[in-house]
Amino acid sequence: MLKPRVIPCLLLRGRGLYKTVKFGDPKYVGDPVNAVKIFNEKEVDELLLLDITATSEKREPNYELICDIAGECFMPLGYGGAVTSIEQVRKLHRMGVEKVAINTAAYSDRRLVKEACDMFGSSSIVAAIDVKKTFLGKYEVWIEGGRKNTKQDPVKYAEELARLGVGEILVNSIDRDGTQSGYDIALLKKISAAVDTPVIACGGAGSLDHIRQAITEAHVSATAAGSLFVFHGKHKAVLINYPTPGELEKL
Amino acid sequence: MIAVVDYDTGNVGSVLNMLKKVGAKAQVSRDPEVLGHADKLVLPGVGAFDEAIGNLHRFGLWDVLNELVLEQRKPILGVCLGAQLMARTSEEGHRPGFGWLNARIARFRAPEGQQLRVPHMGWNTVTPDKSGGGIFDKVPQPMRFYFVHSFHMVADEPDLQLSTTTYGYPFASALASRNIISMQFHPEKSHKYGLQVYRNFVESFESC
Repeated sequence: MLKPRVIPCLLLRGRGLYKTVKFGDPKYVGDPVNAVKIFNEKEVDELLLLDITATSEKREPNYELICDIAGECFMPLGYGGAVTSIEQVRKLHRMGVEKVAINTAAYSDRRLVKEACDMFGSSSIVAAIDVKKTFLGKYEVWIEGGRKNTKQDPVKYAEELARLGVGEILVNSIDRDGTQSGYDIALLKKISAAVDTPVIACGGAGSLDHIRQAITEAHVSATAAGSLFVFHGKHKAVLINYPTPGELEKL
Repeated sequence: MIAVVDYDTGNVGSVLNMLKKVGAKAQVSRDPEVLGHADKLVLPGVGAFDEAIGNLHRFGLWDVLNELVLEQRKPILGVCLGAQLMARTSEEGHRPGFGWLNARIARFRAPEGQQLRVPHMGWNTVTPDKSGGGIFDKVPQPMRFYFVHSFHMVADEPDLQLSTTTYGYPFASALASRNIISMQFHPEKSHKYGLQVYRNFVESFESC
């Protein structure tokens, strides 16, 4: 039987691993290669690595670090952050990154998404969407690491990305990021119902119950979480952790 | 030495990382001489069927691989799209595959009245149907492997089927014949399960 995937989502700033709250307030978590080694031992389903400052610093992905991490990953690895060209996607694939997430560049250049899907296969390309709720309760797509509002409706945008052929859609709730208050089920439900493409829920996971809820109520194919897998206890002590096979079985 | 065939359509990095992990001497190459000197071959692959076939022709690898696999009988492991290329035909494309295995590639179709999200993506159970030259020996049970695919293999000779997996319905998740193993899943991305498969391929697999 196919099990919904549970994916630690790790944020990079420079060479360090950080965790944000609502896309701000980055807290240092540790060395990324070391964290990946631990996640590897815990046999995680998959790993997602997002470089959250690459776009704003207008630089290339940190290939050296990504290569070090890929060398330790005996599970599927996704990378996102400042991917704007086919050449970069090719380079990342050759290093052992099988999924490349495109966010800001996908919004400004739909052709890049289409071309990447045609060239590398749908399953290699993930479209990442950052969503924030207005105070009237309307959902809007934000880009550039949550700094620019496109005012676009995320459901319509997800439908468009699905038509371009992306293999997965990562839906990240800016409002829930780092809060551990649960996924935005209403948002996930809408997007998951609108597209056949597998949806990865991100933003807000604070417990296995939250994960279960996203799977059973919003019908997502996978759930990603940051804080849940790097912090422990109410004081948020850094502790790399992951559910046991028995716990995952019950999801 | 294990040669990982480089035709610009594969996750060569992941395969190389896993081969290194099991202590194999491995090299990524599209040089016929290097491939000819290799003890065993891995044919990776991610992407579209016709484009992959096109690349194999463009790099002059088509005849080379036919010679090494059919005449010299070098052990070869095909992974994902690399496995599908070993079949005769694919519903994904128009160009013929290698046809080393009497099999074809079909699209996943939802059984009546059911919804089936495609691609089939994630960890699924693999149940062996035969020994396949011991390729699954010592793999922890139940065997779980990572899959990503929208098309699957269909064996036209029942004896070919090495393992079965269920997604919507049971399908052939691996095939094996003589010196050829084709795996739809990604052992290079499947933790201890895949590690053992690569170890078996490198250390003991000759033929089945």
